[in-house]
Amino acid sequence: MEEPIKAPVPEQEEYVINMGPQHPSTHGVLRLVVSLKGEIVQNVQPHIGYIHRGIEKMCESITYPQIIHLTDRMDYLSAHINNEAVCLAVEKALGIEVSDRVKVIRTILSELTRIQSHQLFWATFGMDLGGLTCFFYGLRDREKVLDIFEETCGGRMIVSYNCPGGLMNDIHPNFQKRTKEFIKYFRDTLPEYDRLLTGNVIFQERLKNIGTVTREQAIAWGLTGPVGRASGLSCDVRKHNPYSAYDRVTFNEIIYNEGDSFHRYKVRMDEMWESMNIIEQLIDNIPSGAYAEKMKPVIKLPEGEYWQSVETARGELGVYIVSDGNKNPYRVKFRSPNFVHLAPLNLMSQGAKIADLVAINGSLDLIIPDIDR
Amino acid sequence: MNSFTEYFRGIFNGLRSLFQGLGVTGKYFFKPGTTVTQQYPNNRKDLKMFDMFKGEVIMPHNEKNEHKCTGCGICEINCPNGSIEIISATIVNEDGKKQRIIDKHIYHLGMCTFCGLCVKTCPSQALAFGQEFEHAVFDRTKLTKVLNQPGSKIMKGVE
Repeated sequence: MEEPIKAPVPEQEEYVINMGPQHPSTHGVLRLVVSLKGEIVQNVQPHIGYIHRGIEKMCESITYPQIIHLTDRMDYLSAHINNEAVCLAVEKALGIEVSDRVKVIRTILSELTRIQSHQLFWATFGMDLGGLTCFFYGLRDREKVLDIFEETCGGRMIVSYNCPGGLMNDIHPNFQKRTKEFIKYFRDTLPEYDRLLTGNVIFQERLKNIGTVTREQAIAWGLTGPVGRASGLSCDVRKHNPYSAYDRVTFNEIIYNEGDSFHRYKVRMDEMWESMNIIEQLIDNIPSGAYAEKMKPVIKLPEGEYWQSVETARGELGVYIVSDGNKNPYRVKFRSPNFVHLAPLNLMSQGAKIADLVAINGSLDLIIPDIDR
Repeated sequence: MNSFTEYFRGIFNGLRSLFQGLGVTGKYFFKPGTTVTQQYPNNRKDLKMFDMFKGEVIMPHNEKNEHKCTGCGICEINCPNGSIEIISATIVNEDGKKQRIIDKHIYHLGMCTFCGLCVKTCPSQALAFGQEFEHAVFDRTKLTKVLNQPGSKIMKGVE
């Protein structure tokens, strides 16, 4: 009697696979070392650093206006908001009050950035979960925002439009017209997103009660942005610590209490409506004035430590500058939301299936260059 | 009984949501006018970028082959990644005074990050952004460009 051939991996044995660094659903070079028992995830260990460029260290050897273009390359989907964070920190340190025109234009462009980032999130999230149509529809609408950026800022994703003291150049005469056209178009198109994906039964079944984070856990892990707000944590920097022109507009902070992947998605969908509301309040009354304050050719910050946080499309971005009075900063630290959101991935996906890991990873909307910097 | 109706309601709602999504895609399928695809390599002739588009740094010359660059080197200082190199020369001008002019304004396109600081800080507006966006070349040395044309001079009245 021959012995039966044993299965190469016994059912109860834990085994380890690498997801990434070249996996399409990690959206970049993130390597997840996943321990599995059958199909159940036991442990997820993220390995980062594949796109580390040392941006914080590079900032120490360049001047303040030159830092701006490096922040574009951290979270490339909220490039404009990253620029704004550094500019606000430098302006706060120098005690410069920028004109109302600059504040309003910065706010409009930040909200447009938020819309295009959430559009791409919607597009890639649909693609991760098996709906390739979403990718084309999302990018089709995102193109319209990128055209607005290209006409005014000169760049599509990497805008580099802010500079300490104001903006690089004035807005294009078509800016208001194009933005209004886009808002009108997108108000009609956004319900289509819901019909296509949000209501879809397969989509809902794959996301509801997957990767749940409680409010206490969200506070403990420092989650901010849509991820924190889906868990019922009120953490919108625009509401609690308004910068630029956010104190003069009315908008709702989207908060859900469920904390699962589906509600992280819902927060972003609702935020697009709020962003459109904010833009509509501002676009018709951009005040006249200078688009940039007169700055010294060499900007030197007074000795001290400066902190400024802004709400990017993904959460709270903090810029911490230590100056020793020179034209270069002594130390720059970016508190990036994606790095913080990667940490509880293990907590969220323990006990879930490996297909759920893709859903959870997608719902966090991680941008890998922002994690590694 | 209750779970029985729940079961069929679940199936019905699920199917309805799927057909709702198919309705959206079907709408675009039967309306070809709503497509936005650009036939890119074929529409090169009438493809126009926006005026502000940051393609590459150029130095505009007028019809007499004159530019506005004084060779002050402010762009070189402001460039965050060393993509601009200025080689200057000293000549004796018509009034008999010594004048510093540029010999070569070297621009390394391969290092440029298109931040726009050189164009913004230039005191005589000698630099501008061009509309060219197809930068692919076969050899890396072709990415190093000399911006001032051979035999060009500085425009009169530019200090």
